[in-house]
Amino acid sequence: MNAIDKETQSEIEELLPWHAAGTLSRSDARRVEQALADDPELARRYELVRDEFGETIHLNETLGAPSAHAMEKLFDKIDAEPARKAALSLSFTARVTEFFASFSPRTLAYAGSAAAIAILLQAGIIATVLVKEKSAGGYQTASTSSNDPGVGAFTLIRFAPQATQDDVTKFLENNKLSIASGPMAGGLYKVRVSMTALPKSDLAALVKKLQENKIVGFIATTE
Amino acid sequence: MQVLFARHHVRMYRFVLRLVRNEATAEDLISEVFLDVWRQAGKFEGRSAVSTWMLSIARFKALSALRRRPEAELDDETAERIEDEADDPETALAKKDKGALLRKALSGLSTEHREIIDLVYYHEKSVEEVAGIVGIPAATVKTRMFYARKKLSELLKEQGIDRGWP
Repeated sequence: MNAIDKETQSEIEELLPWHAAGTLSRSDARRVEQALADDPELARRYELVRDEFGETIHLNETLGAPSAHAMEKLFDKIDAEPARKAALSLSFTARVTEFFASFSPRTLAYAGSAAAIAILLQAGIIATVLVKEKSAGGYQTASTSSNDPGVGAFTLIRFAPQATQDDVTKFLENNKLSIASGPMAGGLYKVRVSMTALPKSDLAALVKKLQENKIVGFIATTE
Repeated sequence: MQVLFARHHVRMYRFVLRLVRNEATAEDLISEVFLDVWRQAGKFEGRSAVSTWMLSIARFKALSALRRRPEAELDDETAERIEDEADDPETALAKKDKGALLRKALSGLSTEHREIIDLVYYHEKSVEEVAGIVGIPAATVKTRMFYARKKLSELLKEQGIDRGWP
């Protein structure tokens, strides 16, 4: 193996922290990999970087988390804010979805939190749907209001983790469904499938049909 | 907002806590950060990750809080970081653990060096993202990171660990 020239070594050495974190572009990562293979001294220094990387994560992970008080304080402040326009909140929600696509590979690799994130994502998706429905006034009939949580026929649904906001919105629209409540434990949502009570056999047939949709992870009838 | 809070509040808190070194202040600041996010949502242009945008706000809040902090408090904090020359049993034991010493050195870095180390290693920000958060050119990001790491080596050396670099 041949050691690389000093100038290249310095240039590559500056990139090592980002290489360890996996945030270099593909071409830079390839250059670094090549240099590490060619230069044992650089490879030794990379081990130092990896130590720093690991201990920085360790240090941060042991810092704990804020108390529930921080969240209470925030939402008290938000409640005290002037009412927001629906358009703004929806625009923001749309933008929030963009960051889901921007997670780095290593972030996604935190498998321990992946399932929780999926449920949180769905909570966001459902919240969006609720906001949309709320601004549209919900489904209306001559005799009852769909906003009455106790009226109609219902199912419990857990959406598949890979379901996107668009998927859920289309699924609800296409099947004329609305979220009555949730998320509950296990990421379940109570979904209204009809504005009026349905015979058991009809409800079972509907559940069977909805179950075939790939974004439905779990579905069952409920009162 | 709950989703955004749930997703990011711990990391934001840790980022701010590492800068201000006070849990109560960090908690207050993150609620301010998320309130700003709430207020400025319409201004977010989506050209960077939400976390990058939020880290910029968090950094600004933390540094403003540090500027407001009385000097006496800063002095106390600095004093707490000064090493005792004599090794007590705990220190002697810690020396056996290189990782613990490295973490101790990471905590002993200046605010400027701590933030860049955390942004790169813990918050996984690219050179360009760090440049955007900190407000410095990309080339400066690389050199600042280099000097932060160099300082880390010096702190380790003071504790008897010679990494053979730089």
